[in-house]
Amino acid sequence: MNLILDPLAWLILLPLLWATLAFVATDRYGPRLAIAGLVGQLLCAAMLAQDVASHGSIGHLAGGWAEPLGIRLFADGLSAVMLLLTQGVALALVLYARSYFSQATPPAFWTLTGFLIAGMNALFLSGDLFNLYVTLELVGLAAVGLVAAGGGAAQIAAALRYLLATLVGSGAYLFGVALIYGSYGTVSASLLGQLINAEAPIAVWLAAGLMLTGLLLKTALFPFHFWLPPAHGGAPAPVSALLSALVVKASFYLFLRLWLGPFAALTEAQPWLAQLPAALGASAILWGSWQAIRADRLKVLIAYSTVAQIGYLFLIFPLFGTGALALQAGILQVTAHGLAKAAMFIAAGTLIKVSGSERVLGVAGAAVHLPVTLFAFALAGVSLMGLPPSGGFLAKWLLIDAALDQGHEWIAGIAIAGGLLAGIYVFRVLRLAFRVTIADDEAAPLRPAAVLEWTALALAAASILLGLFAMPLINLLAGVTR
Amino acid sequence: MSSGLIFAATGCLLFVLGLGGVLLLKALLRRILAFNLMGSGAFLVLVGLAQRDGTPDPVPQAMVLTGIVVAVAATALALTLARRWQALTGREDIGRVGDAGSRRRSKQRERRKAPR
Repeated sequence: MNLILDPLAWLILLPLLWATLAFVATDRYGPRLAIAGLVGQLLCAAMLAQDVASHGSIGHLAGGWAEPLGIRLFADGLSAVMLLLTQGVALALVLYARSYFSQATPPAFWTLTGFLIAGMNALFLSGDLFNLYVTLELVGLAAVGLVAAGGGAAQIAAALRYLLATLVGSGAYLFGVALIYGSYGTVSASLLGQLINAEAPIAVWLAAGLMLTGLLLKTALFPFHFWLPPAHGGAPAPVSALLSALVVKASFYLFLRLWLGPFAALTEAQPWLAQLPAALGASAILWGSWQAIRADRLKVLIAYSTVAQIGYLFLIFPLFGTGALALQAGILQVTAHGLAKAAMFIAAGTLIKVSGSERVLGVAGAAVHLPVTLFAFALAGVSLMGLPPSGGFLAKWLLIDAALDQGHEWIAGIAIAGGLLAGIYVFRVLRLAFRVTIADDEAAPLRPAAVLEWTALALAAASILLGLFAMPLINLLAGVTR
Repeated sequence: MSSGLIFAATGCLLFVLGLGGVLLLKALLRRILAFNLMGSGAFLVLVGLAQRDGTPDPVPQAMVLTGIVVAVAATALALTLARRWQALTGREDIGRVGDAGSRRRSKQRERRKAPR
């Protein structure tokens, strides 16, 4: 394909370009650059999805260099879904952030956002383990910068903890890559898929364990979730939304890729291994929901809800045996949670901005002052609980279907229990929001800008509509190499 | 034992030492140094294991160069954050995870500084 028009290359180049320009431009032009760039990226991602839908998978040799020396970009249905989700959610969040930060933008916010998106896009398009390491680090460092953007002591501490966790995670991953290269002399994921078999040397088992554990640390799966609530709960609302909706999914995507690709022979040789992530996922659902029910601050509640929802992603691993149901359930959960959680965080950002209180109690009376934002919050909650017809419902339905199909009743039970627990923490907020206090007779608080309310509603509505129009997404996944 | 294997074994040792340091030490500067030790261990393994029959393989050398750039960037970010943390709170560690006392303690310090 023509090098200049290849959407694969532009998906990485465009965010790098606008991020760099935003660094030298004034704060006035930053948001414009970001919005223009993201519209272009969304078009690229749509073009790429169409290509993938008709061709199965597509590749691109960066700079025209052949493979051992050059870097091969690669996209299939899984990458296409992740790319579409990333560009779509990021565009809505950038529109929100432009208005949210209308008084003072945190230093380098637009630049860091651009580098973060460039890193994620490159991660979704990379096909070799070392390149994936570099993109992981790019995502991690940009995300840490965004967490610290608030500048307060609590944010700096959260950023430092996040940084140390993410560095240990990617350090373990890099060590694994070194062992793999030492054993096979290649880091190409597709080649390794053919080379690694059940009789692999112990070094390869060690490498697989280190790489997958490192990624679990970066995905914040229980009990590695310790860094997530302060980081996601303490950052400014648009940053929390970016991190919760997209960044944790990037390392999950890589975990899934490694599990189904290079390490498939290892995980199939020892079927009990798949129970491990599922057991941790189940604990994450219970513990995260419990902490969300108890949380005192609104954004910490939502951050713990992320801990719980990440658990669902790992319930799919014992179910890969037959059919594509498990993969569909996992990716639908990634998409539905990405949309719903972004909506919920920015709705919470608006609620906090208007009420001036970070506590859950601060939402009291929001039903009167901020009906649109509260509606967005509630719709996002519907998707998190898994009520029909939302995307979250479809994901859980497929998950329960696959679990019953293969005799893992406990997974179905956990999925249902998690939905009920999510109901408790979502209704905890909604109940308060409808409680009209006497103070409401005084002057109503300032109305926020319309764009703050409607971007949240658009994201929440998308997470609901996903349940009705999921077929194109499932068709895209049909061609994913298993 | 070939020289490659010696490098790789040393690399493993350095990695484990560094990992232990990041997880167990308290002072931020030491933890950042320990992270660098971890990285060096991984680089040694990468270069050491890839030496086949005495002829070095250029690909891992290029990878290590890239890895060093990443590690320097990460170290710079960590040091900047650590300095900022120290300037804001006067502390050199961020305490244990979920350390709810940190805020309380800094408040106490403020109270102590405030004139009676």
